[in-house]
Amino acid sequence: AYPKRVKVVEVGPRDGLQNEKNVVPTPVKINLINMLSETGLQVIEATSFVSPKWVPQMADHTEVMQGINKLPGISYPVLTPNLKGFQAAVAAGAKEVSIFGAASELFTQKNINCSIEESLERFEEVMKAAREASIPVRGYVSCVLGCPYEGKISAAKVAEVSKKLYSMGCYEISLGDTIGVGTPGSMREMLTAVMKEVPVGALAVHCHDTYGQALANILVALQMGVSVVDASVAGLGGCPYAKGASGNVATEDLVYMLNGLGIHTGVNLQKLMDTGTFICNALNRKTNSKVSQASCRL
Amino acid sequence: QEPQASGLPEYIKIVEVGPRDGLQNEKVIVPTDTKIALINQLSKTGLPAIEVTSFVSSKWVPQMADHAEVMRGIERHPGVQYPVLTPNLQGFHSAIAAGATEVSVFGAASESFSKMNINCSIEESIERFEEVTKSARNMNIPVRGYVSCALGCPYEGNVVPDKVAEVSKRLYSMGCYEISLGDTIGVGTPGSMKKMLEAVMKEIPLSALAVHCHDTYGQALANILTAIQMGVAVVDSSVAGLGGCPYAKGATGNVATEDVIYMLNGLGINTGVNLCAVMEAGNFICKALNKKTNSKVAQASFSTGTIN
Repeated sequence: AYPKRVKVVEVGPRDGLQNEKNVVPTPVKINLINMLSETGLQVIEATSFVSPKWVPQMADHTEVMQGINKLPGISYPVLTPNLKGFQAAVAAGAKEVSIFGAASELFTQKNINCSIEESLERFEEVMKAAREASIPVRGYVSCVLGCPYEGKISAAKVAEVSKKLYSMGCYEISLGDTIGVGTPGSMREMLTAVMKEVPVGALAVHCHDTYGQALANILVALQMGVSVVDASVAGLGGCPYAKGASGNVATEDLVYMLNGLGIHTGVNLQKLMDTGTFICNALNRKTNSKVSQASCRL
Repeated sequence: QEPQASGLPEYIKIVEVGPRDGLQNEKVIVPTDTKIALINQLSKTGLPAIEVTSFVSSKWVPQMADHAEVMRGIERHPGVQYPVLTPNLQGFHSAIAAGATEVSVFGAASESFSKMNINCSIEESIERFEEVTKSARNMNIPVRGYVSCALGCPYEGNVVPDKVAEVSKRLYSMGCYEISLGDTIGVGTPGSMKKMLEAVMKEIPLSALAVHCHDTYGQALANILTAIQMGVAVVDSSVAGLGGCPYAKGATGNVATEDVIYMLNGLGINTGVNLCAVMEAGNFICKALNKKTNSKVAQASFSTGTIN
């Protein structure tokens, strides 16, 4: 049995654009988010309050946050890697933030230059401040089905990190197949372990389509009771670990599948496709969404 | 991961349709030698069945004009089947004369599609195929039956599962040993796949069913997963995802064999196929076609230089 409703978390403006070769100007980002706000999506990850030294594509985070139309009923979470970022985010009007953990020590070292334990301590500061400001925090766990450096990742480790983030106060844990190597087999194994520690209602999956497995992996997650799925309009965002390969699963393709399963998302597929067309034109690239590719020819 | 514990088949037969369905739907036509080289490479990958060519008039399908040459030119590896398409008795006789030892016939679950594709009604096409299966039976030649538009039709739109079941049953009753259910325009989803299979499984034993999913809307692997969760143990696919969709210009068609195998490997399901060897064959044919692969596994693997 499948969930009756699925919440789609749109990560295109942040995860997508952050991993695109071309950088788009601030007005384009704002227009993208505004268009997404008209599609029925309830959650749109807007930007990342990280130093522009590390992520130049997100250097305009404050401008974007202040420039977008914030529609009632829609959440616009932003990434906050530390207390400083959190404070800048709140000052810019953010009402929800996200923090990023990983199930791999090597990945954490290479990505943010510290151990998993140290990263969680850093986040504890953010959690405390968020609690005081009544700001909900979403926790991400990267490398849940494999790591570009460590290779195989144990399901128990994913469960451990997820539990820590949940206990710290994250309302939702998004489990990310960062390099898209997962399959329905490893997805099932990982979720079985995590679901022993975190209630399924607090779980989300963030699948990458680098090996074409995303929708099959998402299907298994849905079968196991997960009802929150991350996706990126037009499949924006390549894989930084496999040059030229794709990354995020396309929101259009996800919604197409959910529609076919009779699962309610509230998302208007046509409006979503139009938004994808807009941002692809702006990025001067073809869409990664197969639904979009097929539809504009029929 | 124990496939039996999760209700999945332990072994899945992959039917490689790249050399026929794939090449037939590619813009660029490759020379006979290239086709033969491709098939010979595929024969060494562990694939149990490779659809070689189509004995159809070159007037209709110029890409398959060299059918007799290809059939005669390929290496025949023991344990590998080399089916060919035979739309009618004439094609069947040519196929046998060229050395074919297995043939396929193509029905459709949509009247409009049947008329537009082969210029006759479903009933008329069935009669035509009965001539083929009769001759095939006399010569001990196995026949595989395909049902097109199983999850949707480019002309009629929605296709009723009972119609798919009806056509499947006709093909099975006339002697087809296996029925391959094709999502011809790739519009199917796990929802429609499940409904269609439930209807067909009332008429045909599970062991005689195969799915032939197109990835035009990115749904193929999810649809295949749904099918194998229901016990289907034969899956058609095309190396490098060769073969676009003739009904949606520029869109993709067949699901890539590499991506299917990657998924089945991850599920602990045995296929007997060497993924690296298939990727190499895919690399070869893409170079010959001067195109990028449609396989995401191949794209990712060649860029990292590693295979996960």
